[in-house]
Amino acid sequence: MDFPELLRLFGSGIWGTLKLFTVALIGSFVLGTILAGMRVSPTPVLRIAASTYINVVRNTPLTLVMFFCAFGLPFLDIRFGASSSFNSFVYATIALTAYTACFVAETLKSGIATIPVGQAEAARAVGLTFGQTLNEVILPQAFRTVIPPLGSVIIAMLKNTSIASAFNNRELISAMRNAIELRGDLVIAILFGTALAYLLLALILGRVFDYLERKLVILR
Amino acid sequence: MKKLSMSIASIAVGLLALSGCGQGGSPDAPAEGGGETKTAPEYTVNESADVADSKTWQAAKDAGELKVGVKFDQPGLGNVKAGSKTPEGFDIEIAKMVGAELGFKPDQLKFTETVSANREPFLQQGNVDMVVATYTINDERKKVVDFAGPYYVAGQDLLVATDSDIAGPEDLAGKKVCSVDGSTPAQNIEEKYKDAQLVTYDTYSKCVTDLQSGSVDAVTTDDAILRGYAAQFEGEFKVVGKPFTEEPYGVGLPKDDKALRDAVNDALQKGMDDGKWKEAFEYSLGSADGVKMPEIDRY
Repeated sequence: MDFPELLRLFGSGIWGTLKLFTVALIGSFVLGTILAGMRVSPTPVLRIAASTYINVVRNTPLTLVMFFCAFGLPFLDIRFGASSSFNSFVYATIALTAYTACFVAETLKSGIATIPVGQAEAARAVGLTFGQTLNEVILPQAFRTVIPPLGSVIIAMLKNTSIASAFNNRELISAMRNAIELRGDLVIAILFGTALAYLLLALILGRVFDYLERKLVILR
Repeated sequence: MKKLSMSIASIAVGLLALSGCGQGGSPDAPAEGGGETKTAPEYTVNESADVADSKTWQAAKDAGELKVGVKFDQPGLGNVKAGSKTPEGFDIEIAKMVGAELGFKPDQLKFTETVSANREPFLQQGNVDMVVATYTINDERKKVVDFAGPYYVAGQDLLVATDSDIAGPEDLAGKKVCSVDGSTPAQNIEEKYKDAQLVTYDTYSKCVTDLQSGSVDAVTTDDAILRGYAAQFEGEFKVVGKPFTEEPYGVGLPKDDKALRDAVNDALQKGMDDGKWKEAFEYSLGSADGVKMPEIDRY
């Protein structure tokens, strides 16, 4: 196993990590926004449901959340396809989404809190519904305010994808384990290489959020 | 009241989490080797052992302990029972056998856990003096560490349910087969048996749990490890018994310590000749019928 082959191995590992990351990113933004909306809604049931969910899932280690998804869901006969690798991919993204959405929701809630109450009152006064107020007035501003902390949450999620390899997913950590098994003489170099790969991905992500911040953020 | 029910709910979740851990760990309980109690083999300590040419041996002798890297999670080979602190298994017996020949009493051996990723660094940095941890001899590894042995030639095999009709790797097409992420057996399945669906976890115990529940059809890794599980779940699982690779297990030693390597090779040879090897095998892995002792490779 020479250098180009090792690079190919890591390439496929990075691809696996990116797949998990992208699906979980979309999922956690959608679920996180819904949860944040529920937390500020005027209906007590929604508020309590959202805060209970956030408190339970946010305070459970991700490994356990993934354990429940990877072994609990099939136990309940919840499956998404015939092949076990696709199923495991879905279970892992569900776990990552469920977990990261809590952090997205809490971050967004703090963004919502920065918007003067008068704006919501004015929106309701001109006849917008709660949903409209949230979608048209509050959330667009809240999102722009919290871009920097959201960046941290998303970078943390990128690194959290590494847990998925323990539950039948191939990603960077699998590539690392593979490489160590094949090249016992390069263990330290392989560990550094893996760290470098994560660093590279996280730095790119950081630049994207820097760009978004410059373009969109509202300073008060 | 709301606060009280919330805290009850969170305690319930916590208990669930704990029981999850317990189940994940329990299949790691060691092989009982058929159930009957067997007496551990005794090794006569060679008091006159002198490998003064070896720096590693001299340092270990001066310190009064030999640091041995072993696996803690492979039933039958190197395994720590739930609730126990000392590892047991064939690798451990080999370490005791070699240790005795080098002049160390069993209680002078200090076992340290090594996993696949840290065996080479541990040897290079002197954290351990030798590694007996299902360590396959290959040319890449020989660049950074030395190997004595092999003391056993394992081969990749399949663990299946007793009533399964899988009789070899060619029957795996369309079947789900489980192994550990990134391990050589997993790579073999991926490359040579593409029709099989590979499932990978971080530990074999998760694979065995899945085999029990029927989520996978077979577990694959070196036969020695599978023997351990087959002994543990007697009547439930069987080893197919047609190894399709060769994995010579060696004793990993620090690079360029020829005196120590020769001494360990001599110790292994002596153990094979005087029957201690067979005793150790039968004590930890069950019947040694048809199991061949390997030729020691003094490269």
